[in-house]
Amino acid sequence: MEPLFALLVGALFTVAFYLFLSKHVIRVLMGAAILGNAVNLLIFTAGRVTREVPPVIGGGNDVLVQGAANPLPQALILTAIVISFSFFAFLLVLGFRAFQKLDTDRSDEMRVAEPVREASPPLGY
Amino acid sequence: MSAAAPATTLLVLVLPFLAALVAPWLTRRLGHNAAWVLALAPLAVFVRFLGFAGAVADGAAVTGGFAWVPSYNVSFSWLIDGLSLTFALLISGIGTLIILYSGGYLKGDARLGRFFSFMLLFMGAMLGVVVSDSFLMLFVYWELTSITSFLLIGFDHTREASRRAAVQALVVTGGGGLALLAGLLVIWNVTGVSQLSELFAHGDALRASPFYLLALLTVLGGAFSKSAQFPLHFWLPNAMEAPTPVSAYLHSATMVKAGVYLLMRLNPVLGDTVWWETLLPLFGGATLIVGTLLAVRQTDLKLMLAYTTVSSLGLLVMLTGFGSEHAIAAAVLYLVAHSLFKGALFMVAGLIDHETGTRDITALGGLRKAMPITFVAAMAAAISMAGLPPFVGFLAKEEIYYALWAANPWSLAFVAVAIIGNGLMFVIGFAVAIKPFFGAPVATPKAAHEGPVLLWLGPLVLGLTALAAGLLSPLSHRFVSSPMASAVAGRAETVTISVIPHLGMALLLSLVTVAFGIAAYRMLDRLRAGMARLLEAIGWGPDRGFDQVISGIVRLSVAVTRIIQPGRLDIYMTVTFLLIAAALILPMAIYGEWPSMPAWPEDAQFHELVVIAIVPIGLLAVMLARDRLTAIVSLGVQGFAVALIFMLFGAPDLSFTQFMVETLAVVILALVMTRLKLLASDHRPTGRKAVDLAVSLACGGGFMLYLLSVTQQPFNTALSDFFGAYSKTIAHGANVVNVIIVDFRGTDTLGEIAVVMVTALAILSLIRIRTPRPGLIADNDPDQPRADLGKAN
Amino acid sequence: MRTVILRSIAPFLTSLMVLFSIFVLLRGHNEPGGGFIGGLIAASALAIYGIACGVAAVRRAIYFHPIAISAVGLLMSALAGVLSLFAEVPFMSGLWVYPHLFGVEVALSSVLVFDVGVYLVVVGAICSIALGLEEGDRD
Repeated sequence: MEPLFALLVGALFTVAFYLFLSKHVIRVLMGAAILGNAVNLLIFTAGRVTREVPPVIGGGNDVLVQGAANPLPQALILTAIVISFSFFAFLLVLGFRAFQKLDTDRSDEMRVAEPVREASPPLGY
Repeated sequence: MSAAAPATTLLVLVLPFLAALVAPWLTRRLGHNAAWVLALAPLAVFVRFLGFAGAVADGAAVTGGFAWVPSYNVSFSWLIDGLSLTFALLISGIGTLIILYSGGYLKGDARLGRFFSFMLLFMGAMLGVVVSDSFLMLFVYWELTSITSFLLIGFDHTREASRRAAVQALVVTGGGGLALLAGLLVIWNVTGVSQLSELFAHGDALRASPFYLLALLTVLGGAFSKSAQFPLHFWLPNAMEAPTPVSAYLHSATMVKAGVYLLMRLNPVLGDTVWWETLLPLFGGATLIVGTLLAVRQTDLKLMLAYTTVSSLGLLVMLTGFGSEHAIAAAVLYLVAHSLFKGALFMVAGLIDHETGTRDITALGGLRKAMPITFVAAMAAAISMAGLPPFVGFLAKEEIYYALWAANPWSLAFVAVAIIGNGLMFVIGFAVAIKPFFGAPVATPKAAHEGPVLLWLGPLVLGLTALAAGLLSPLSHRFVSSPMASAVAGRAETVTISVIPHLGMALLLSLVTVAFGIAAYRMLDRLRAGMARLLEAIGWGPDRGFDQVISGIVRLSVAVTRIIQPGRLDIYMTVTFLLIAAALILPMAIYGEWPSMPAWPEDAQFHELVVIAIVPIGLLAVMLARDRLTAIVSLGVQGFAVALIFMLFGAPDLSFTQFMVETLAVVILALVMTRLKLLASDHRPTGRKAVDLAVSLACGGGFMLYLLSVTQQPFNTALSDFFGAYSKTIAHGANVVNVIIVDFRGTDTLGEIAVVMVTALAILSLIRIRTPRPGLIADNDPDQPRADLGKAN
Repeated sequence: MRTVILRSIAPFLTSLMVLFSIFVLLRGHNEPGGGFIGGLIAASALAIYGIACGVAAVRRAIYFHPIAISAVGLLMSALAGVLSLFAEVPFMSGLWVYPHLFGVEVALSSVLVFDVGVYLVVVGAICSIALGLEEGDRD
C-alpha cells in the first residue's frame, strides 16, 4: 500500500504548496490546513501501513500482537493534529485581524513591516 | 605555596569586578571620596602580585587554575611569570593611582559611579588578559577589554565625536580580537595545546608547520589592531575623546600594550623566523615614524601624547621583532618606562585641562608658579620620556641603541628610524612639560591654581617611580626587567644596564638623539606648519577611510537587504520551496539513489481505493473552488477522507481526533469567512499559475520520491517493539498510543499541551486587541513628534 | 443558525457529548481514546452549544473562563509529573494505586491525572478559540 500512500502524500504536499504560493491570505490558510494532513500522512506512512489492527493489547495478552499497527507514529501524529489545529486557528485569526487592520487580503499589499520604499538607515554615528 | 594560594589568586582576579559591582552604590554614598575606598581593590591586587615577585625573580613561573570544561580541555587557569607579573603590577599599580585620579577629575559628576564601575571592569579584564594561561580565557578577556574600552571612550555619549570614536575603537580592536581567535585556534589545532604554559615546548613544531604563516598573520592582526600599529593606528588618537583618566590608563599605560604583551608572550613560540623578524620591525618602524610625525602636527596636549603613544608602541613592536638579547631587554625597559611616564604625562595634561580650562599648548604658559607640584611631576615624566639620566627612560634608550647598533644596512636603517622617532618624542615630551610651565603666564579660561591631592598624587608617584627605577636599577632589574626579559626570550636573561653612562656607540647615538631633539624643539612651530601642509596635501587618511568603509558596509547591506528581502511573501515562498525541492531531489539525482518503480499494490481493496481517491478529489475542488463555501466544504472533504484512511489502517485514535479537528476547523473557518468578505478564488495570471504549479509539483514530487525510497528500505522496528512489549507490563495500559503519549513520552506531551494553551492565549489576545483606525500605524513611530500629544499635555 | 430545532436539541446533545467525552477520556488507557480526543469532543460539544444558544449561554454553562480551565489542566499535568518526585523516582514516572471503592477495585494513577490535565487543556484552549471567534469583536 505504501506506493499509493506516497502518491497521496505527494498530492497533498503539491496542493498545499500551490495554495501557499497564492497571494491571498485565505488560500494560504487552506494550504496550511492541508500541509498538516500531508505531514501527518508522511509520518504515518514512514512507519509502515498495516490494515485494521489497532495498536491495542487485547484480551489476556501482555504484549502487542504481531501485525498490529505501529503505535509510535500514531502517538506522534495524535499530538501533531491538535497542535496543527491550534496553529491553524492562530493563523486564521492572524489573517483575519490583518485583513481588518490593513483592509486587504493580498499578501503583497501587506507592507507595514517591509515598506515599499524604505528609507536608508542613517550613515552617521 | 600554601594550599590557599589558588583561591586567593582567584579572588584577586575577580576583585576588580566585585569592586565594579559596588562602585555605583558606594559613589552615591560617599561622592568622589569613594575613590579612596575603591582604590583599595587594585591596591590589594598589587600587593598580592608583589608577593609573587620573589619566586618569579628566582625563575619560577606560578601556574594554577580550575578545570572549566574538562571534556574540551578548557580551563580557567593563570600563568604568572616575569612578563605577566610586570604587566599585572603595572595594571594594578597605575590602576590604583588612576582610580584616585578619576575621583578628583570627575568630582561632582553625576555619572562618576558608572565611570568607576567601567574603569574597574576594564581593570579586571586587563588583568585577566595578562595572567590568562588558557587560550579561551585569553580571548574572552581580550574582547572584554575592547568592550570596556568602548564603554569608556563613549562615556560622554551625548557627543557624536565620542560615539564615533567608541564605535571605531570597538570595530578595530574587536575585529582584531576575532583575528586573534582564529590565530589561537590555528595554534591549538597545530600543536594540540590550549594553554600558553604548555605551548612553549611546541615552538619548533609550530614554526615548522605549514600553517605557521596563517597563525602568525592572524595573531598579528589581533596584536597590531590592539596596539594601534600603522595603518590601524587611527583609532587611538580618536579614543582621546574619553575623559583623561581613561586616556592615561587604557590608551597609554595598559590596554594598548595588550598587543605588545601578546607579541612578547608568543615570541618564544612564533618568533625567530624570517617572517617575524621582517614584519614586526617593518610595521613597528613605520608606526614609530608616522606616529611622531603626526604628533608634531598637534597642538592639543592629549593628542600630542596620543600620537607619541602610537609611536612608542611602534618602537616596542619593532624591538620585539628583532628578538636579540639587547632588543628584548630594551623592549622590556622601554615598556615599563613608557607606562610610567606616559601615564604621568596624560594625568598632567588632564590636570592642566582641569585647572585652567584648556589643553591647547598655544594657549598655555607660565604655570610653573601656579602649579608647582604638577610641574615637578611633569618634568620628571618628561625627562624619562626624553631618555635623560637618571630616569628609567634613559636605561631604555641606551639599551635600544645597544640593540640596534650592528654594522649592516638593515640595522642602520632602523637606527635612523629610532633616532628620528626618539628625537621627536624628546620634542613632544618637553613641549608638553616645558611649554605650559615656562614663559610668561598666559590668561586661561579658568584662573590657574594647583589641583587637589587626588589629582596630583598619581603623576607625582609615577614620576618618582620612574626616577627610583632608574636610580635603583640593580633592584628593578632583579625583580622586574630580568624576569620579564627571560619570559619574553624564553630563556634566562639578565639585564645589567645602569644609569652610569659608559662610553660607547649607544651613548653617542643618545647624544645624537638629544642634539636632534633640541634642534627640532627650536623649530617646532615650523615643523608643525610643515606637517599641517603635508597632511592637507595628502587629504586622505585611514581615519576617513574608516568612515568610508563603514558607510560602504551600510550601503552594501541595504542593497543586499533590498535584493533578498523585497517584502513579497510569494517570492519568499517560491525561494523556500525551490530549496526544499532541491534538498529532496538533488541528493537522489547526484548519488543516483532513485527509488525503484513500485508495483501496483495487488492487495488494495476497493473501499480503500475509493477512500484514498476522495482525497485528491477534495484537493482538486479546493484548488478550483470559485466561492468560499465550496472551498470550505472541499477542505472538509479531504480532511474527513484522511480521517477515514486512519480508520481503515489501524489508527482509531487518530481517526477520532482527525474527525473532531476537521469539524472544528470547518466551523471556525466558516465563522471567520462569513465575516471576512473575501473571495477565495484565484486571481493569479495563468503564466504565474503555471510557474507556481511547477514549483509545488517539484516539491510534492520530491516528498513522494523521498517517502517511496524511505518505505523501500528495511524497517527498523526496535522502538515500536519496545513500546509494544512494555506498555502493558510496565505502564499498565493496553492502548499503546495513549500510553506513549501520557506515560512514556509524558514530558513531551506536557510541552505540547503548553503550546496548545499558549496558542489559545495568543488567539484570544489577537481577537480582543483593539483595532486602531487604519492610517494610524505610520504615526506610531516614536521618533516622529506627534502633534496630538503636544495638545493633550 | 438559531433554528428552533437546533436550540431545543443543543442542550441534550451537548450534555451527551460531554458525557461521552469523559467516557472516552477515562477508557483511553486501555481502549482507543484519551485526553486529546476527549477534550476535542467536549470542545466541539460546547462549540455546538454556542452556535445554537449563543456564547453567553456557554460561558454561563462552563462557569469558569476557558483559559482558566486550560491553565488548571496544565497545572494538573505538571503536578502529576512532580508527584513522582516525592516517591523518589524520576520526573513523570507513573504511580499507581488500587483502592477499593464500593467493593470495586479502581485503578488510579498519576498517569490518569496527567491525562485529565491534557483533557482540560484541550477543552479550555479550543473552547476559548471557538467562543472568541463566535462572539468576535462584538464586546
